[in-house]
Amino acid sequence: MSITKERGTILSQKEIGTDIYDMVLSFPKGAGEAKPGQFLAIYSEDRTKLLPRPISICAVDAKAGTLRVVYRIAGDGTRLFSRMKAGDTLEVMGPLGNGFMMKPGKAVIVGGGIGIPPMLELTRQLACEKTVVLGYRDELFLKEEFEQVADVIVATEDGSAGVKGTVIDAMEETGVTGTVLYACGPMPMLRAVAEYAAAHGMEAQVSLEERMACGIGACLGCICRSKENDHHKNVNNKRICKDVPVFDAKEVVFP
Amino acid sequence: MNLEVRVAGVPFKNPVTTASGTFGSGAEYEEFVDLSALGAVTTKGVANVPWEGNPAPRVAETYGGMLNAVGLQNPGIELFCQRDIPHLKEKNASIIVNVCGKTVEDYVEVVERLGDEPVDLLEINVSCPNVKAGGLAFGQNPDALYGITKAVKAKAKQPIVMKLSPNVTDITEMAKAAEAGGSDALSLINTLTGMKIDIHKKLFVLANQTGGLSGPAIKPVAVRMIYQVHKACRLPIIGMGGVMTGEDAVELMMAGATMVSVGTANFHNPRATMDVLQGMKDYMAQYHIEDVNEIIGCI
Repeated sequence: MSITKERGTILSQKEIGTDIYDMVLSFPKGAGEAKPGQFLAIYSEDRTKLLPRPISICAVDAKAGTLRVVYRIAGDGTRLFSRMKAGDTLEVMGPLGNGFMMKPGKAVIVGGGIGIPPMLELTRQLACEKTVVLGYRDELFLKEEFEQVADVIVATEDGSAGVKGTVIDAMEETGVTGTVLYACGPMPMLRAVAEYAAAHGMEAQVSLEERMACGIGACLGCICRSKENDHHKNVNNKRICKDVPVFDAKEVVFP
Repeated sequence: MNLEVRVAGVPFKNPVTTASGTFGSGAEYEEFVDLSALGAVTTKGVANVPWEGNPAPRVAETYGGMLNAVGLQNPGIELFCQRDIPHLKEKNASIIVNVCGKTVEDYVEVVERLGDEPVDLLEINVSCPNVKAGGLAFGQNPDALYGITKAVKAKAKQPIVMKLSPNVTDITEMAKAAEAGGSDALSLINTLTGMKIDIHKKLFVLANQTGGLSGPAIKPVAVRMIYQVHKACRLPIIGMGGVMTGEDAVELMMAGATMVSVGTANFHNPRATMDVLQGMKDYMAQYHIEDVNEIIGCI
């Protein structure tokens, strides 16, 4: 697996929710390598912003050489991305991280908030029986695309669609269970999902995020505590950008 | 065109090295950089035993720079000697090892362990702002700096380079203390202590609250301090602080640096070291400079 860093060309970009943008990039070398759960480091054209923004890959089209990212405006860097148009280019490095380990057996795929996009490519690629659980604050996005490839259960915090509450509320209400649970979302959700998986005898793979600098495992900025001693670092830390972001939930020390 | 420089009698094929902590042990950048093309690889700080470092968040972007509070996470000297040094030698890289510790004894233990290793220079980190004990405590007091320099020098088989902190009132006083203690060279500047607050969440952005500021935002401070130290003492200087381009590197050398480290720029561009080296060559060609040593301290 190799990492590409070069200019990517924006093929399309649209706002699909409040401050949520859907961008398709032509990035042929990266697209040929990308796996579900991996991410891209995208650099701002503003030279006062030095660090790349880590953004998860939502969909891969290796044949067309394109990668799609769906991201939320989280600050000035992502705001600048959101103003770019088809035909603009930006510096991209990737694919980064290890991605999900796709396993046989019934899959339960859980996404919360801006942790939903990376689950789309995974859901498409998993050939097994699968149920998707999506948790939103209020506004829905990407739901129809998931429905094209899997059964979908929705939870909203305000109850405007699906089950009122969190993904855990929706999972308990519907009693969804399987062999492997895959999840991405905010840390409290991942902690709860890991407990749910353990209680129902499921293996759980969780995708984490953290503030990052280099993206390639050098700076040790984006660590999370792990139960086992990491062979590379000789301490109980994993680098989210390199050793993770997808992690067996049993190995995570949740903060 | 001659690019070779010498620091404490040790030759390096060119003046470009990496700032400790921004380049891992080199292997992390191999997809982007031929390690043997660098003047040297300066490795991430290593202590006598493994350190877990600080909790996350450890990094935050700032205007023209970044804060970090990694806290010198490292695998310990034993694994470093078994794995990282042989790997760098296999890649034909020259090696500057950054040494950290909490007590004088910790530093001496690491330096002694490295005695028979194929290491070119020992950079002694007495200026990390992100660890509670040791570290900066030695780097902000001239007497303590003199003492640790003397203790390390007495046991070191390779030349030592004391790495100075900019978080002092008069950096020349620190440089003179290190010189008096027997340091063979100096490196400067380490990061400037800073802080960032998330005003929306009313929280410190870094778990450690404070962190070290690096990147182009601090380059003028580095240039000024390198110039002052170059005028105040006779030791060769490895200069660092916000170098993004060949022109930046030339500026630090003109102020008095013999070698220049590329740090935060590696996070912006993993090939930054090679771009800096090329930019330096372009500058020399433009001004018909035959020997890079002509630039050092020429202002």
